[in-house]
Amino acid sequence: MATNADNSHAVRMEPGRESAYDLPDAAGHFGSYGGMFVPETLMHPLEELRQAYARCQSDPDFQAELDADLRDYVGRPSPIYHAERWSRELGGAQIFLKREDLNHTGAHKVNNTIGQALLARRMGKTRIIAETGAGQHGVASATVAARLGLECVVYMGEVDVARQEANVYRMRLLGAQVVAVKSGSRTLKDALNEAMRDWVTNIDDTFYIIGTVAGPHPYPMMVRDFQTVIGREARAQMLERTGRLPDALVACVGGGSNAIGLFYPFIDDAEVAIYGVEAAGEGLQTGHHAAPLCAGKPGVLHGNRTYLMEDANGQIIETHSISAGLDYPGVGPEHAWLKDSGRARYDSITDDEALRAFHHLTRTEGIIPALESSHALAYAHKLAPTMRKDQSILINLSGRGDKDMHTVASHDGLVL
Amino acid sequence: MSRIATRFEQLKGQGRTALIPFVTAGDPGPETTVPLMHAMVAAGADVIELGVPFSDPMADGPVIQRATERALAKGVRLADVLAMVRAFREQDAQTPVVLMGYLNPIEVMGYAAFSEQAQACGVDGALIVDVPPEEGHELVTTMKAHGLDLVYLLAPTSTQDRIRRIGEVASGFVYYVSVKGVTGAGHLDMADVAEHVAAIKAMIPLPVGVGFGIKDAETAARVAQVADAVIVGSAIVSRIESLAASPEQIPAAIADVLASLRSAIDAA
Repeated sequence: MATNADNSHAVRMEPGRESAYDLPDAAGHFGSYGGMFVPETLMHPLEELRQAYARCQSDPDFQAELDADLRDYVGRPSPIYHAERWSRELGGAQIFLKREDLNHTGAHKVNNTIGQALLARRMGKTRIIAETGAGQHGVASATVAARLGLECVVYMGEVDVARQEANVYRMRLLGAQVVAVKSGSRTLKDALNEAMRDWVTNIDDTFYIIGTVAGPHPYPMMVRDFQTVIGREARAQMLERTGRLPDALVACVGGGSNAIGLFYPFIDDAEVAIYGVEAAGEGLQTGHHAAPLCAGKPGVLHGNRTYLMEDANGQIIETHSISAGLDYPGVGPEHAWLKDSGRARYDSITDDEALRAFHHLTRTEGIIPALESSHALAYAHKLAPTMRKDQSILINLSGRGDKDMHTVASHDGLVL
Repeated sequence: MSRIATRFEQLKGQGRTALIPFVTAGDPGPETTVPLMHAMVAAGADVIELGVPFSDPMADGPVIQRATERALAKGVRLADVLAMVRAFREQDAQTPVVLMGYLNPIEVMGYAAFSEQAQACGVDGALIVDVPPEEGHELVTTMKAHGLDLVYLLAPTSTQDRIRRIGEVASGFVYYVSVKGVTGAGHLDMADVAEHVAAIKAMIPLPVGVGFGIKDAETAARVAQVADAVIVGSAIVSRIESLAASPEQIPAAIADVLASLRSAIDAA
């Protein structure tokens, strides 16, 4: 794995590779997006966090500790896998999967929680809080808290607690306290509000591990940086395997952390097309979806300006997706910028299309994907046949589908 | 001089501390708010803070969250809140009204449209909880051009640098958040409050209000000894909640709460 400890101002690329892309600015803006839209009480703690993070970025000991944990605890590097049977069947581009599903805890989320927990320990914080929707980030946070001996409280909407029982039990096994949030729509956005309220109340000893590339600066930048290990590895692996860069990248986008982690090291590679896939739920035209980039408008929520699902009066509206991990009314501000700049293209996939892709990968390649990642797979399923056989698509298989057994079974009319 | 500045000048002349009640507009229903505002003025309110309902009130504790949910369930939106202020102004041209809320509804209405309508309806200022000075330049410029005051929060975590920076953009008064936490949180440490208020007054030439965590007349009286204004929200909203099923009783009940706060503050 590449390390470049001297490069304190930016994300680590391969040694000797400089990036022309330098967002966000010092105040956390990606063009007109991002920023720090928070109550005054949080402004100074966020500045302390920014400084502590900057020190860690330039600290070779921190980077060595992070790299060792990613290798020995998470199991990195994750492989890329050539889905030959599926590619042959589609008759177009060769499809490669970045296997984040093979990480400890079953998804990309742990790349970020490891980094933030190490930072929390360096800052002398003894208590971790996190928000979670499907429970994957909550499990990944509870996991690292257990390992470092930190107290952990996870906020989860009451609705999600009921539909993700297994993950709630996992978090409790790991020693975390799971708080069911009863306010608002009782889902992920409300869990985030509640975690912010906890943080504002317990700033002195508490570190808030945000699970995606949203929230106030420096979170969108910091979470991105911790997730770019995905794209750094994948870029080198594709060059080694195929002798060239992939022609297209595809990743699902809820908040967008797995996507930005894959995309970021390729932003300067103009020949690589970038596709982010949002959840169209029951269809964009029904209004029951979670696709702010495709069907929302810019606004301010949870500390940053970005595309949102909102009504004509600026109230945030409830979202729908079969995949709890994509069920969020906002999206990371860097994706908003990548959309407006035209560098990345954002499209959407319905619940039904994602389910078909879930079954298809399972039966064709023997890999059971997460429902979130199934949105990316479904998009690639449409894209590959439009491309030549000597071209390639790299999909971020961001998580495994074990957690989704009950959802898929109940959709098929079964009770497990 | 703005209505807010005029009011604080008068109070200073009388040697009195301002009492600023907060209520969520449209809680428990839109018809309650205007009569309630008049009743609060009659019971001794010097400035009224009116909460604008927002779906994601991340700085508010459970009491004000529930008030927000009640108002939203009745369909109360920013435009309705402005209309309530206009109705209030038909009978009260003196009492300043400050809106307190979050940015997104204003962002969607548009800064210019919001500022024009707020001015036309008789709003005097706004405290937008999730807009620190760093993000507020355009909003501040637009609101000030329409004669609206920008009230800012200061917190126990605000550094000297931040206090100075906020002093450069704030007008009307500043609002010291007396506890680390959300609205309605914890109990406040009076020595700490006194020290912070003194530090703020040394750097900002505006009246300093203190709020978050003032639950009763006794605490209000103690805060009145160090602050220019005592801001009470959750304690009032909680009483409104207890009467949500019989809203016709709310104005008189809240007038009683304010009268006891008023006499405690004036005796301090």
